[in-house]
Amino acid sequence: MSGILLAAPPARPVDGVALAVVILIFVAVAVLGFLAARWRRGSAPAGLKSLDEWGLGGRGFGSWVTWFLLGGDLYTAYTFIAVPAAMWSTGAVSGFFAVPYTVVLYPIVFLLMARLWSVSHRHGFVTPADFVGGRYGSRALSLVVAVTGIVATMPYIALQLVGIKAVLTVLGIGGGGNAFLQDLPLIIAFVVLAAYTYTAGLRAPALIAVVKDVLIYIAVVVAIIYLPIHFGGFGQIFGAAQSKLTATNPATGLPVGSVIPGAQSFNAYWTLALGSALALFMYPHSITGVLSTKSRNTIRRNAVVLPLYSLMLGFLALLGYVAIKAGTKPIDVNGAVNPQLVVPQLFLDNFPSWFAGVALAAIAVGALVPAAIMSIAASNLFTRNIYRDFFKPDADAASQARVSKLVSLLVKFGALVFVLTMDQSSAINLQLLGGIWILQTFPAIVAGLYTRWFHRWALVAGWAVGIIVGTFAAYSVVNPVTHAHFGGSLAPAPLFGTTVYIGVTAFVLNVLVSVVLTLVLRALHVPDGRDITRASDYGADEHDPKVEALEARGDEDRPPVTLPTA
Amino acid sequence: MSDEQPTRGPARPGPYIVVVVLIAVGIVLPLIVPLYAHADPPFIGLPFFYWYQMLWVFIDAVLLWICYGILRREERRRREAVGAPVAPRKGGAR
Repeated sequence: MSGILLAAPPARPVDGVALAVVILIFVAVAVLGFLAARWRRGSAPAGLKSLDEWGLGGRGFGSWVTWFLLGGDLYTAYTFIAVPAAMWSTGAVSGFFAVPYTVVLYPIVFLLMARLWSVSHRHGFVTPADFVGGRYGSRALSLVVAVTGIVATMPYIALQLVGIKAVLTVLGIGGGGNAFLQDLPLIIAFVVLAAYTYTAGLRAPALIAVVKDVLIYIAVVVAIIYLPIHFGGFGQIFGAAQSKLTATNPATGLPVGSVIPGAQSFNAYWTLALGSALALFMYPHSITGVLSTKSRNTIRRNAVVLPLYSLMLGFLALLGYVAIKAGTKPIDVNGAVNPQLVVPQLFLDNFPSWFAGVALAAIAVGALVPAAIMSIAASNLFTRNIYRDFFKPDADAASQARVSKLVSLLVKFGALVFVLTMDQSSAINLQLLGGIWILQTFPAIVAGLYTRWFHRWALVAGWAVGIIVGTFAAYSVVNPVTHAHFGGSLAPAPLFGTTVYIGVTAFVLNVLVSVVLTLVLRALHVPDGRDITRASDYGADEHDPKVEALEARGDEDRPPVTLPTA
Repeated sequence: MSDEQPTRGPARPGPYIVVVVLIAVGIVLPLIVPLYAHADPPFIGLPFFYWYQMLWVFIDAVLLWICYGILRREERRRREAVGAPVAPRKGGAR
């Protein structure tokens, strides 16, 4: 390509200025994380000694804080790194679908999440599994939702580490021979993250998200204005992308990718977008963000303005094509091509060191924020729906908070071990599986918001079928180059034969099984669970007397005083 | 359940039908791939495929803003109908 990139030397040089900027921003963010423990704490004399305070930030975030928190929560380093990487390597179908995905996401959120907020606020639910358990009176269903959430979240956290690792690699640290020294920066970053999450709970990522957003918006706006002008405009950039992506892949004899998907990929494209959008707000960390808001309408207002992030995501995706034109060479420390390095490398090659440092720090901090929220959400699930439901039914608010804080450390430690001992592709494969799995909790959670028609055991069976079919289908996808299993998330749909997102196939089967078995179980008069929610709960708002009465009693767990046995 | 204190009065179907239609439009139109899987007409060098999908960021934001206005009015009316406490007028920031 052009001579813009000087021949990359085999050992990565350390860019001192960029590294210094990254370290400076990282330290500032850590200080902010610890200070967050004192933020907005006026009304909570008990400190952070309950899950409402530690795990949901006091359930009092207004529209602004929520905008930053959810922006940091949903648009992870994986999005900043992996979407442009996919565009760079194979083009629109595996990369740009993220734009319609994060566009159709918000109408779905707008529709569903206000009801979930209301019923959760009324009953003090902290997790989606709390709601399912209360709605269906089924600890089994609540358990499968909780376990699915925890298992799907772990590789997601690990992927945040992969993102930080990409930044560190490009900065030139993480090379060298000694395996421990090589990973030391990553370990330090994660220990600091674990410490301030333990101390300040959800307040830490909420506050840090503001800083991260300012940095990332500056980086993206500058890059998307400067780089296309520098490289001759979008016409030139798409020309370069076209010639790279239409070249033939020697392993398959097919084109590497496509700039505009052909007719055979249409169903893959929209099912990927829709399936991912349906799945995202079933993740525990998304629901944690929703439940931390102040009122029923906060999430709706946010659904109106959050799409701004999707615009940024679209421009970031296009940076993958810019990197093709720029001739960016994402060479990892072992000398192999690693597409995940494309965006950090693009910034380092084409901007002054200090500015590249700001952009790289934004990406790294953008990985810390969701990692913190995910670990909080996963530990809340463990505490409420496994520890309390199955081992310590009388655990009070303070001991629940204590358990959650400890588990959040364990969760992060687990993700760290995962990334350090397994290769990156297995983290990405598991994240892909996680998306398929979490989508299988959609029928139980979402149908429950509107109707009690489904039978609890039918939903458990539907979930099981969805998980088994989805896992098996994903396992059967073989990477044409490496011949490894879990080679992708697309497979032909049974009966139709057209290639679609596996998550959607499994989801449809899940719903079918749930419907049919509900009819069967009702016909057999299998007993239904006890529903502790009432119709009025689904429209409750922050000022409703029952909400305040429940809070004043400090009794968030007991069902409301009602329900004579019907 | 006689002791149930309603939080909202009965709904009028009209506003909800409008909202569901707008939301359906916002979900379905960005997903009909044959509609936009072509290069022409380009805009500042971006093929149609790309700028069409990014345009939907704005269209969905506007659709949801309209839905928000409709629902806020309707829910306020429903809450006032049963004498449930209504949030202070201010709808915006913080």
